[in-house]
Amino acid sequence: MNASSAAEPQIAVDDLVKRFGQFVAVDHVSFSVGRGEIMGFLGPNGAGKSTIIRILCGLLRPSAGRALVAGIDVAADPEAVRERIGYMSQKFSLYRDLSVEENLKFFGGIYRVPRDQLPERIRFATQMAGLARREKDLVSTLAGGWQQRLALGCAVLHRPPILFLDEPTSGVEPTARRQFWDLIHTLAADGVSVLVSTHYMDEAEYCHRAALINQGRVIAIGSPEELRHTALGGELLLVEGENLGSMLAALREAPGVLDCSVFGNALHVLVGDAERSLRELPAFLAKRNLRPGRLERINPSLEDVFVQLIANDMAQRSRAA
Amino acid sequence: MNLHRVTAIAVKEVLQVWRDPRSLMIALLLPFTQMFLFGYGVNLDLQHLPVCTFDREGSQLSQDLFKHFQASPYFAIARNVTSYADVVAAIDHGTCNFAIVVPPDFSERLNDTGTASVQAIIDATDDNTANIAYGYAAAVVEGYSSDVTVSWMNRQGKPLQQTQPMVTQSRVWFNEDLESRNFIIPGLVAMILALVGAQLTSLTISREWERGTMELLVSTPVQPSEVMFGKLAPYLILGWVDAAFCLALAALWFGVPYRGTLFALFVTTSLFLIVVLGIGYLMSVVIRSQVGASQIALLVTMLPTTLLSGYIFPIDQMPKAIQTITYLIYSRYYVSIVKDLFLKGSSLAALSTPILFLVVYAAAVLILAARAFRKRLD
Repeated sequence: MNASSAAEPQIAVDDLVKRFGQFVAVDHVSFSVGRGEIMGFLGPNGAGKSTIIRILCGLLRPSAGRALVAGIDVAADPEAVRERIGYMSQKFSLYRDLSVEENLKFFGGIYRVPRDQLPERIRFATQMAGLARREKDLVSTLAGGWQQRLALGCAVLHRPPILFLDEPTSGVEPTARRQFWDLIHTLAADGVSVLVSTHYMDEAEYCHRAALINQGRVIAIGSPEELRHTALGGELLLVEGENLGSMLAALREAPGVLDCSVFGNALHVLVGDAERSLRELPAFLAKRNLRPGRLERINPSLEDVFVQLIANDMAQRSRAA
Repeated sequence: MNLHRVTAIAVKEVLQVWRDPRSLMIALLLPFTQMFLFGYGVNLDLQHLPVCTFDREGSQLSQDLFKHFQASPYFAIARNVTSYADVVAAIDHGTCNFAIVVPPDFSERLNDTGTASVQAIIDATDDNTANIAYGYAAAVVEGYSSDVTVSWMNRQGKPLQQTQPMVTQSRVWFNEDLESRNFIIPGLVAMILALVGAQLTSLTISREWERGTMELLVSTPVQPSEVMFGKLAPYLILGWVDAAFCLALAALWFGVPYRGTLFALFVTTSLFLIVVLGIGYLMSVVIRSQVGASQIALLVTMLPTTLLSGYIFPIDQMPKAIQTITYLIYSRYYVSIVKDLFLKGSSLAALSTPILFLVVYAAAVLILAARAFRKRLD
């Protein structure tokens, strides 16, 4: 099987479903990840991010649908997939009572890294994790950020073409998180495909593409730019001023306004065409004796986008139910 | 199966055991305390049973009878009382388990009729001890009675040639001194190895599930049999250390004679260790919690080994149905092997049947454990 032709996606998921009894954890999910691509999984806790990753690692059996990893059907041949992937589970899963070097040697042995190459690989991993000269330290004595980088080092020791990282930055301080993402980018630049989940919405900015997952479904997918501009289905204006309540009611009736919501002590107004609305809205409000203190176009943060998308999704679901 | 992976797992396991005081305590301290506790505690021999005497006559003859009891290694006269109430009190308080009451007309009847009786009162709360004590007491009285007969005949001027038409000359083989310790200690070694072996391995897989390290391990291409052999190997070595320690204590400290070859002991002990380590490992794979797995391992090793292996309670004295069940108890085979090796010095060939059973058992446990290991979380 040609598992690594450049044109083929490294991960191809098609209509994947996972049920636990009555509960649908993964609900008809489809996406693909190309060579050297960083795909981010974002979404609240319990959205199904970990479940999808575990299915792709062969740890859970899909209820329906298909998942190809390196061109191999995970459900049919999980062992062949396991040879080609590196995995960092959500819960830290290195041996805390072993030293840095002992952990690396262990995974080197498990992945059958040839003995003559092992010292060089271990050197690479310790340098990458910034743990050179701390090889003899017990893992339990390392701080969270170092532990996570060592876990990444163990996951890439056998040079897998595909990496699954399940919330690798959770509980890690911001600067260490930043460094961790730099590492992921270095690996991706070498052609490694990375599927990484996080519940820090801002980390979507570091991904080539991101999928927003809510209640088992992919509700948006695309590059950070695409998500920002298309996922909301319009452009965003910020309105500040007195009398926000009447302003909110008025704006909901205004032409060209798709949605309006309170955001802190201001209003976020979703419009089809920002240029036009900026011209027309002041007059529309003036007729109703409303004077916005400030009216301007804003570039929504990804967090705004996701909060909006998840709120929309919830509303849609409750209407459907 | 890949040796590279098995070695990686074995090395990791050795490091973890070495750094885990709890595992080392189980492995090294438990056999030591158990050997001494049970080695001294479990003793089925009757020795120096405390006896209470009530001499209602106070004659030369009655005192002679007591001297016979005092001379016997099985009895020791603890109290001499002067009323029945005191006899009852001594037995009630447990200061004596046995009482002899000599009637006031003891000498008179003996001289007149040639026969007299004494009363023995036995505390049969422990029926086994009571039975044995009764047997020994009867023997003591009989010995005294024949002395009396001889001296009576002599006094009558009829020197007696004691003749008996038939005599049993019995010779005891293998456990010549009929010491229960020689019979119990080899079985005790089997019990300790079963207990310790299964305890050690019952923690290995469940610990990885509890600490979350298993999720990563099963995401690698490692095979269930590689995990199993890698994990069992270090414990087999620990098991050998324990076995050598217990067997040496049995032979050198407790003085149980060892008559077999060391090679036969090594082969059969290794087989037994594989069975018990495999059982602990199987529990660990199936139960996935350290407390649960070690409790169940304790239950499936200690209980059947104590009750059904023939370690203390002889199998051929059990009801037929229970005897059939004992064929399922793996320790039954090792208990019989190790007793035979110690006391009879049996050859491997003579032990081929129990060895074969152990081989089958070991194979079955290992195959089951390898198959029970799932590389999935659901």
